[in-house]
Amino acid sequence: MAGPVGSRPAPGGDLPEHPDRLWRNPEPKASYDVIVVGGGGHGLATAYYLAKNHGITDVAVLERGWLAGGNMARNTTIIRSNYLWDESAGIYEHSLKLWESLEQELDYPILFSQRGVLNLAHSLQDVRDSVRRVHANRLNGVDAEWLDPSQVREICPIVNISPDVRYPVHGATYQPRAGIAKHDYVAWGYARAADALGVDLIQNCEVQGLRVSNGRVTGVHTNLGDIGAGKVALSAAGHTSVVAATAGIDLPLQSHPLQALVSELLEPVHPTVVMSNAVHVYVSQAHKGELVMGAGIDTWNGYGQRGAFHIIERQMSAALELFPVFARAHVLRTWGGIVDVTPDASPIVGLSPVENLYLNCGWGTGGFKATPGVGWCYAHTVAHGEPHPLNAPFSLERFVTGALVDEHGAAAVAH
Amino acid sequence: MSQEFRTAQGGLVDRGTPLSFRFDGREYQGFRGDTLASALLANGVLRVADSLRLGRPRGIFAAGIEEPNAIVQIEEPFPEPMLTATTVELYDGLVARSLRGHGRLADRPDPARYDSTHAHCDVLVIGGGPAGLAAAATAASSGARVILLDDQPRLGGSLLGAGEHLDWVDTVAAGLAAADETRVLTRTTAFGYYDDNHVVAVERRTNHLGALAPAHLSRERVWRIRARQVVLATGAHERSLAFADNDRPGVMLAGAARTYVNRYGVLPGRRAVVLTTNDSAYAAARDLAAAGVEIAAIADLRPGADGWTVARVHGEERVSAVVLRNEDGTEREVDADLLLVSGGWNPVGALYSQAGGRLAYDPELGAFRPDGNCRQALLVAGAAGGSYDIGVCLAEGAAAGERAADAAGFTARAIVLPETLDPAGTPPAAVWTLPGGDAATQFVDLQRDVTVADLARATGTGMRSAEHVKRYTTAGTAHDQGKTGGTLTSGVVAELLGVEVGALGTTTFRPPYAPVSFAALAGRDRGLLFDPVRVTALHGWHVSRGALFENVGQWKRPWYYPRDGEDLSAAVLRECRAAREGVAMMDASTLGKIDVQGPDAGEFLDRLYTNLISTLKPGAIRYGVMCRPDGMVFDDGTVIRLAEERFLVTTTTGNAAAVLDWVEEWLQTEWPQLRVRCTSVTEQWATVALVGPRSREVLAAVAPGLDVSRAGFGFMTWRDTEVAGLRARVCRISFSGELAYEINVSWWDALALWEALIEAGSAHGITPYGTETMHVLRAEKGYPIIGQDTDGTVTPHDLGLGWAVSKKKADFIGKRSFSRTDTARPGRKQLVGLLPDGGELLPEGAHLVTGAPQRVLGHVTSSYRSAALGRTFALALISGGRDLIGQTVWATLDDGLAPVTVTGSVLYDPEGTRRDG
Repeated sequence: MAGPVGSRPAPGGDLPEHPDRLWRNPEPKASYDVIVVGGGGHGLATAYYLAKNHGITDVAVLERGWLAGGNMARNTTIIRSNYLWDESAGIYEHSLKLWESLEQELDYPILFSQRGVLNLAHSLQDVRDSVRRVHANRLNGVDAEWLDPSQVREICPIVNISPDVRYPVHGATYQPRAGIAKHDYVAWGYARAADALGVDLIQNCEVQGLRVSNGRVTGVHTNLGDIGAGKVALSAAGHTSVVAATAGIDLPLQSHPLQALVSELLEPVHPTVVMSNAVHVYVSQAHKGELVMGAGIDTWNGYGQRGAFHIIERQMSAALELFPVFARAHVLRTWGGIVDVTPDASPIVGLSPVENLYLNCGWGTGGFKATPGVGWCYAHTVAHGEPHPLNAPFSLERFVTGALVDEHGAAAVAH
Repeated sequence: MSQEFRTAQGGLVDRGTPLSFRFDGREYQGFRGDTLASALLANGVLRVADSLRLGRPRGIFAAGIEEPNAIVQIEEPFPEPMLTATTVELYDGLVARSLRGHGRLADRPDPARYDSTHAHCDVLVIGGGPAGLAAAATAASSGARVILLDDQPRLGGSLLGAGEHLDWVDTVAAGLAAADETRVLTRTTAFGYYDDNHVVAVERRTNHLGALAPAHLSRERVWRIRARQVVLATGAHERSLAFADNDRPGVMLAGAARTYVNRYGVLPGRRAVVLTTNDSAYAAARDLAAAGVEIAAIADLRPGADGWTVARVHGEERVSAVVLRNEDGTEREVDADLLLVSGGWNPVGALYSQAGGRLAYDPELGAFRPDGNCRQALLVAGAAGGSYDIGVCLAEGAAAGERAADAAGFTARAIVLPETLDPAGTPPAAVWTLPGGDAATQFVDLQRDVTVADLARATGTGMRSAEHVKRYTTAGTAHDQGKTGGTLTSGVVAELLGVEVGALGTTTFRPPYAPVSFAALAGRDRGLLFDPVRVTALHGWHVSRGALFENVGQWKRPWYYPRDGEDLSAAVLRECRAAREGVAMMDASTLGKIDVQGPDAGEFLDRLYTNLISTLKPGAIRYGVMCRPDGMVFDDGTVIRLAEERFLVTTTTGNAAAVLDWVEEWLQTEWPQLRVRCTSVTEQWATVALVGPRSREVLAAVAPGLDVSRAGFGFMTWRDTEVAGLRARVCRISFSGELAYEINVSWWDALALWEALIEAGSAHGITPYGTETMHVLRAEKGYPIIGQDTDGTVTPHDLGLGWAVSKKKADFIGKRSFSRTDTARPGRKQLVGLLPDGGELLPEGAHLVTGAPQRVLGHVTSSYRSAALGRTFALALISGGRDLIGQTVWATLDDGLAPVTVTGSVLYDPEGTRRDG
C-alpha cells in the first residue's frame, strides 16, 4: 500500500527530462525560401532536414492548429520496416535506421523502444504471405524471422495460441528491431531542432490557397495573410488534396476516420508489439503502462476526426480473441484520426505538375514510422528539385504509368 | 469493527445489512448502500496509496466518479484493475487494495458473461438527479417512449448527497417504474455520444452482488440507444483550487463531504476548515455541523468576504492544521483534520462535447458550459448547463422534458415539483491559484501529480496550446481524464499565458466518459461468435470421416482426409492418385454463387469480366476473369447461362462476399440504368465435384436419364437432370484437367447425393478429397488460385490468361489500364512452373534470384509434391518468367540457395487429352 513520503516514482510514473525551451512563436515573414504546409511530424522533420542536411534555413512551417496535433498526435506509435515491396522496404528501412540514432540526433528523449513486432498469421494463406514477406525482407536487409506458435508465445506469453479459437495463430513474422516511440516527443524534438536552426514554426496559420504564376508556385494565402515562397512543400496528410486542389491538382487520395484507444495504466503485461490483420489487432503497452491499440478503418470518406462505435466494439472482440487476459482492462479514451489512402496504399512523395510545388501525402497507416525517413527524402526532393532515390518510386506519375507499389497486404489495416 | 466515523443515524445505507470486506489486508465492516470509499471513511480510513509520480500521501478526495486518488484493485471475487473506490458498491467478501497508478490484470480467464442490446426511444434522459427526473417524468407524461439512465444504484443524483426532496424522488421513481413506455436503467453510465443521437451506455448488472452474482446473468451490458431527442442532465463536478499542499489527505471537496454525511451517514473527519469560492460549501458546512463535525473556520475567497485565505496545510499523512492568512498578512493556525474545498462547479460537458457541441467559458459561472448550439437533437438541463439552484434545475428539467416530448411529437403534462426556496445568494468567484506557497506543491491534477510549477515549465518552453501543455505535463490524461482538474488546469495556464480562459479553451472530451471494460465492449462476439462459422451441408460427414479442416474465409473446408497414420503429404498423394487414376470427389459447396438476372445481365457481365459473356448460349459455361480498374485480377470463376436473361456466376470461396459487394457497387453507383438484379445463392446450392477418369461411369450409374457420352454432354456445358433421384444441375467443368463434373443439388439434398456417389463409386475406390488435393491437381495444370498465385499486382496476361481478355469489347473494368506503360511493359512478373533440381519441396513464399550478380526475380506462390509427376514442383511469379523457361534460377531457403529449373506453368497433360475422359 502506501509507500514512504517522497518515494521514487512508480514504474512508468516518471516523466522524461524535457528541455526548458522548445520553440519561439514568431510572426510570419513576408516570404521564405521554402514554406512547408503542415506542422505534423513529416512537416517538422522535413524542415529540420532542409536546414540540417541542405543548409536551407529560410523556412517556415505553417500549421493550421497546434504543432503535431493531427495524425502525429493520434497514431499508435508503431515503428517497423518489414514491408513487402523493395520500394517500401527501402524508405521504411532508411527511416528505421534514422530512428535508431534519432534520440542522439535530436538530443531529445523520444522513448524509442526496440521491443520487436509480431505480425500474426491466422490461415494457410497468411502463412504463405508471411513467409514471403520474411524472404523479401531478408533480401532487402531488413531483419525478419518466421516463428511458429510456440515461438510466438515465447516472445509474447499472453497471446492466445490455442488451436480452439476461431482463427488460431499459425505463426508470426517477427522483426526484432521494430518498436514504439513517444509520438509527441518526436515531434517536439524535431520542432526544437528546426527552430534552433532558424526555421519559423507558425501555428494557427491555415493555408487557404496556393499562389501560382505561370505554372510555378509563388506563395500561399493564409488566414494571417499572403506569404511568398520560392518553394512550397505540402505535407498535410489528407488535407494535401484540399490545398493542392487550389492549384488545380487532383490527387488520388481518400480520407477515412481511423480510431485508436488506450486503457488505463497497467502493470507490465505485454512486452512487444503484436499486429494481426485477420483478427484485427495492433497493440503495444506504452512506457507509462497503458495498452495502446488501433481499431479498424471506418469505411466512409471524410475529414471528421470521429469514427463509429461499432468499430470500437469489433476491436475489443478481436483483442480478447488474441489476449483473453485483457478482459477486465478498461478503455480510458478513444479518438479518431484521418488516414489518407492512395489506390495502392503507398504514399505520394515527390514532384507535382506545378513547378516548385512538392507533394507528400497518402501515408495511410504508415506515416508515423516513416517520419525520419520521409523527412530526410522529402527535404532532399525539395532542395534538389528532384526526388531522392528512395522516394522516386512514390511519384504521382505512377498512377498514370501503372507502376504501382501495392502494399494493401502489408499495411496493417485492411483498407 | 467499530465504524467509529459512522453517524448514529441518518443516511441512506441499510444499517440492518452489515457487510464484511478487506482493504489493503485488513478486515472492515460497512453496510449495504455504502461505496467502498464511504465504508472506508466510516472506519476512519481516508488514506489511500501514494501518488504515482511523486509518491506523496493521498486521501479520498471526492464521493463519485470524479475521484482522482482512491483508485483500487479488486482482488476478490475476481481481479479487476483501476476502479474508483467512490463508485464501487460494497458487497460481502470484497477484497481490494489501494493502487499507486497501475492496475493488475488477472492471469486467468474471466468467467463472466457480457452482452449488448439495442434500444430506441423518443426521449433519452441522461442523469437521474433533479433535472433529469423532472425531465423524464414530464416526457413520460406525454406517452412518449422514454429511457432514463443514471449511473448510481438509486435515482436522485445530487439530492441524495444533499438529503433533500427524497420523498419527491421516490414518488417520481415509482411513477416512472409504472409508466408503460418508460425504461429506467440505474447503475448505467452513458459513456459515448455519437452521430445521429446514438448514445452508448454500460449497465453494471451484477457487480454489486460480488460472489453472489448469478452466473447466467451478464455482468455488464452495453446499451446502444438511438433517441429522437436527448436531455442531458448530467450535473456538475466540484473542482479544487491550486494552493500549497492542496493534495494532503484530508483535503476533500466540500460537496463530497456533504454527500458522505447525508447519503452514507459517515463523518469524513471531526474538525473542518472550509475554503470556498461559492455558496455551495456553506450548505456542506451546515450539514456537517449538524452531524457533529466542528466547523473551525470558513475562508471565503469572494470579494466582500472577510479576506481570509489558506496559506499552508500542516500534516503530511493527514491534515493536522490549516494556516489561514488575512489580506494584511496576519496568519492564524487552525487545528483541523479536514480541509473542505470548493473551487466552484464544472458542468459535466463531456457528452455534449462528444456530441459535437462546444463548451464556452462563462465568466460569471467561472466554468465552461454547453454553448446551446449543438447540431444534434439535444437539450441540456440543470447543473449540466450551469444552473445550480435546485428550483431552477427542477424547472429546467421539466421544461426540457416537455420540449423534447414535443419535438418527438408528443404533448406532455405538467408534473408536480417539490417546493423550493427562491434562489438567493452571492455569485461565485472564479479563482484558480491562491497566492504564496511553493508552486511545486500546488496541484492541479492529483492523479498525474501535475502542479502549477509543471504548467509554468510547459508554458515556458514556448507552448501556447492547452493540448500541448496537457501532453507535456500529462495533466488530464489519467484515469479521471481531468474531471476535477481539467478546468483548473485551463484556468492556471490562462493565468500563466496572460490570456482569457475562454480563449485558451479546454482539451477535447472523447469517449468513453468513464472507463469501460474491454469485455463489455466485446460483448458476446468472442470465441465461436467472434466471426460466424460457416459449414456446408456435408460438414457432419466430413467430421465423421476424420477430415482436418482449413478456414477459408468464414468457411470450414475439409483440408484432407487422413487415413490411419497418414500425414498431410501421404494423404494428399493418395487423394491425388485417386483423382488422376480412378475417381474422387470433393465438397465444392463453398464456392460463391451469384444469380444474375435481368434484361441487361449479359451487358453487365461483359463489363464485369475481361472476356465476352453475352455471346454465351443458354446451356453453356464459360470461364471468366474479373479485374479491378487497375487491370489486376480480382476474382475468377465460371459463368453459366441459364436463360436469355439469367446467369449463374461462381466466385472463389474467400471472395464471394467481396464480389457481391463489388457488383452491387458498380450497379448502384456507376450503372444504375442497367436492369440487373444480383442475389447470392451460395447456400441454396450444394456442389459436389466428381473427378477422374472413372467419373463418367459413376455419374451414369446415378443419373440414368442423362446422356453422359462424350458427344452427348460436351465440355463446358450443363444439364438439368435427376441424380440419385434428386433434382440436380450437372456442369461439365474441370479444375483438375481430368474428366470431371460438378453436380449441384439443393442444400438439403447434399448428403443424399454425396452418399449415392460414394455408393456408386465404391467399386472404383471413390475417394473424398480436400482443398489441399484440389490445390495440387489444379497446380499441376497451371490453373492459378486467385489470392494465392496472385496478390493484387497480377494481370490476366501475367497469369497466361491473355486469351480470356477480350480485344473486341469496347470497355470492361480494367481495360484502360492494360495500355498503361507499366502494365503493358514486357518483362513483368509472370506465372511459371518450377522444378527444383534437387527434388526438395520449396517453401511457399521463398524468393527466386538470379546467379551473381544476384537480382530478385519473384517468389514461389504454390509448392507441392506431385503423385502424377513423381516429384516436387512449384508455381512462381517471376520477372520475365516466360522468357526464362528452361533456365536455372535460385530459390532462397533458410540455409542457402537451391537451383530450380523454370518451366511452363502447365506441367501435367499439357495437351489436355484427359479432359474428356
